Amino acid sequence: MFDLSQYIDVALVWYVLIATAVFLYVLLDGFDLGVGILFPFAPSDKCRDRMMSSIAPFWDGNETWLILGGGGLFAAFPMAYAILMPAFYVPIIVMLLGLILRGVSFEFRFKARERSRKIWDYAFHFGSIIATFSQGMVLGAFVQGVQVSGRSYGGGMFDWLSGFSLMTGLALVFGYALLGATWLIMKTEDITQDWARRCAGYLFAYVAFFMGMVSLVSPIMNDHIRELWFSRPNIFLLQPLPMLSVLFFFLLWRDIRHKNDNRPFFLSQGIFLTNYIGLGISTWPWLVPFEITFRRAAAAPESQSLMLAGTVFLLPIVLAYTGYCYYVFRGKSSHDSTY
Amino acid sequence: MLNSLDPTVLARIQFAFTVSFHILFPAFTIGLASWLVVVEWRWLKTGNRLYYEIYRMWVKIFAVAFGMGVVSGVVLSYQFGTNWSAFSDKVGNVLGPLLGFEVLTAFFLEASFLGIMLFGWNRVSPKMHFASTVIVATGTLISAFWILSANSWMHTPTGFRVGDEGLFYPTSWLEIIFNPSFPYRLAHMTIAAYLTTAFVVGGVGAYYLYHKRHQAHARIMLGMAMIMAVFVAPTQLIVGDLHGLNTLQHQPAKVAAMEGLWETRKGAPLVLFGWPDDDAEKTRFAVEIPKLSSLILTHELDGEVKGLKEWPKEDRPPVGIVFWSFRVMVGIGVLMILTGLAAVYLFFKKQLFTTRWFQLWCMALTPSGFVAVLAGWIVTEVGRQPFIVYNAMYTADAISPVAGVQVGLSLLAFVLVYFAVFGAGAYYIGRLILKGPDESDRDGEDNKAYGSHGVSAPPLVSDLVSETGDEHV
Ligand code: HDD
Ligand code: HEM
Ligand code: HEM
Repeated sequence: MFDLSQYIDVALVWYVLIATAVFLYVLLDGFDLGVGILFPFAPSDKCRDRMMSSIAPFWDGNETWLILGGGGLFAAFPMAYAILMPAFYVPIIVMLLGLILRGVSFEFRFKARERSRKIWDYAFHFGSIIATFSQGMVLGAFVQGVQVSGRSYGGGMFDWLSGFSLMTGLALVFGYALLGATWLIMKTEDITQDWARRCAGYLFAYVAFFMGMVSLVSPIMNDHIRELWFSRPNIFLLQPLPMLSVLFFFLLWRDIRHKNDNRPFFLSQGIFLTNYIGLGISTWPWLVPFEITFRRAAAAPESQSLMLAGTVFLLPIVLAYTGYCYYVFRGKSSHDSTY
Repeated sequence: MLNSLDPTVLARIQFAFTVSFHILFPAFTIGLASWLVVVEWRWLKTGNRLYYEIYRMWVKIFAVAFGMGVVSGVVLSYQFGTNWSAFSDKVGNVLGPLLGFEVLTAFFLEASFLGIMLFGWNRVSPKMHFASTVIVATGTLISAFWILSANSWMHTPTGFRVGDEGLFYPTSWLEIIFNPSFPYRLAHMTIAAYLTTAFVVGGVGAYYLYHKRHQAHARIMLGMAMIMAVFVAPTQLIVGDLHGLNTLQHQPAKVAAMEGLWETRKGAPLVLFGWPDDDAEKTRFAVEIPKLSSLILTHELDGEVKGLKEWPKEDRPPVGIVFWSFRVMVGIGVLMILTGLAAVYLFFKKQLFTTRWFQLWCMALTPSGFVAVLAGWIVTEVGRQPFIVYNAMYTADAISPVAGVQVGLSLLAFVLVYFAVFGAGAYYIGRLILKGPDESDRDGEDNKAYGSHGVSAPPLVSDLVSETGDEHV
């Protein structure tokens, strides 16, 4: 059968690909979830219409990365998928319910009358917060590690719940809100933009605070992570990463003050990127921390190879037309995007 | 008390509930997307504004249904892991790539171009807009291709071997993807989606005609729907029959349950109605047509048909629900064919658009496609029990190591949220239908320059919401 594993390290390629898909999800759905988090605080209904139009053409495509993350994990690492999903059962179900609420709000809000429009505004807001918070908790629980017995999940119903995961949940809410605010700085003007800029200013401080906390607590809490970051020579080799993060923070702070339109969005993405890489380093090479490596969880080489051959061909096409769609809706959004 | 609940039973109820909700939307959006392609093509070709207004009306309905299809679908793709993790672990090598390809080849395509289809009117050329509609429609069909391939493999698994720890390994991708029941299921389901849409569109057209509103639009809707009923409904009967023959070959126990036959015999009768009784192992009060089952299934009057007693009790599917769902589906299929015949008759009498009873009849059949689709899936899926992968893996061995409480409470949450959210969606679709196509501004903005393309703008722009925060539509 068709098998590429003699030529390249297919499992490693897939590990990188899945990680990339999840990261793209975080970046892309991150900003539209963030817009949802900020939604009711906007100064007027007109602003809200604008905010909605700025993301309405994209949210579905953005969310598809979540399906690729989950579906890709199922395809490339079925064992990890089969352990992680039951482990995070409750937050995942809650996340799905949140995504349902916010997802339908896009369409319903456009169709609703004045009075019921409010309901969907709040469904959109709380759905976004619930989904984000659950994702943050899953992230925290992932870093803390998952209990395994044999080939399946071995822990209890509430293992994911801890002070740490509550904190990462909260941190992600502020993080996505920052992405959302900087997106709005880029895509809107006038009062909406001024307001978004003010939000970004506050959020900036919260995000910095939470990131400091997480960076502080993770190594204290977890021996593996402490070992990894603070032993020699790693402590020197890994230095550039936190420094880059600090640099991005500094530039972002300046840009918000000097009213740059486009750069803040990409800088906050940069902050997410450095953190994400840090997370990847902390959990390397575990796919179910700290029990099962990505190699042990890998699907049969035949399956991974087939998928890889397809992906090499399809992913660039997907990226190309995703880019095209962002291009079509380039520029400041007004409310002319209703249909 | 909740802890004594059996997670397997609850997980089955939960999956049946969520997937049944989900399939209602694809059944409608697959057909609607293809139909919108035809409508937009007619508009570009003829310049007839009626088509344009019809498109505008239905694309809003499409957007609502599609949105609900997306969110209910995301739930399913995670449910494989949360509730059926043992299944995911064991068959991941085989099914994973199929679902992965579905995301890469279909979901991204649909989701990205949907944005242009809905919001791109004044940003891309009419040709590009039409292309987006075509791409979205193609995406829905590609999606059906992969997911039905995965599902068919669970019914007629081929091209795999079972290795250590009960894991499934692929041996031939072609045999896995093009497994024996796949072509029939793909054809049957695609046609089912087209018929479902046709009867919704036709029903709405009939409603306008009955109330003497939007009559020009309504004629187009009803007319196009009836073309489907005339040509496609009979095709469905033929495809369904072939599908059944294929099932007889690969899953004879399912066919025996559909027919309500307990004893293996030559010249088996066709049981029209009856009450299958699992305990007594017979079908009570059966109304039978002698030898017809043998004729349909083996194409011989005295062909042998296997009865349920061939299989040990624990390997038989529940009979009653399969038996009845099958009759509901076929019954609706027959009603659809009759509708087509009536339409032909009325057409030649030149009364197709004026006959009151026919309008009422079409209105009554509006939801029939959805009922038939659900009934069909229940036949297929319940008929597969007690296996999750036919003859290769039991449903009971597929469940996650989770407590009954978790599954029970999440089921409850899904039920509450689904009825509230999708109820609201149905309400908004209902309102859009009541409102009908927008005939205002017939020649309002036609001449306005159109983006950077210099083409005249599709008058849609006139519907834009003004600064004062008018009602969005
Ligand atoms: C015959 C067709 C068909 C069937 C049997 C299923 N689906 Fe589906 N699904 C579709 C046809 C479809 C569709 C037409 O592609 C969508 C797009 C929007 C809609 O209404 O349906 C869809 C949407 C959709 C989405 C969201 C995609 C997006 O973001 O665009 C997911 C994740 C799934 N589905 C997953 C599933 C799973 C896991 C299924 C099986 C258990 C399933 N679907 C059965
Ligand atoms: C979309 C239309 C579908 C409908 C309406 C449907 C309906 C059902 C129903 C009623 C059950 C419960 C059967 C029982 O437990 O007695 C079920 C089970 C199941 N189906 Fe489907 N199904 C559909 C498509 C699919 C597809 C496309 C797949 C996989 C690719 C699938 C996979 C499963 C699984 C994993 C179960 C749970 C295990 C089981 O009970 O057998 N289904 N489905
Ligand atoms: C008119 C006569 C019809 C016949 C003889 C027929 C036959 C069948 C058979 C034998 C199956 C079970 C296949 C299996 O699992 O092995 C089936 C399934 C199904 N039917 Fe029908 N059918 C008919 C009409 C319809 C209609 C009108 C619809 C919907 C509009 C429909 C929708 C479905 C669906 C969605 C399934 C489940 C998916 C599948 O297995 O293909 N059928 N049909």
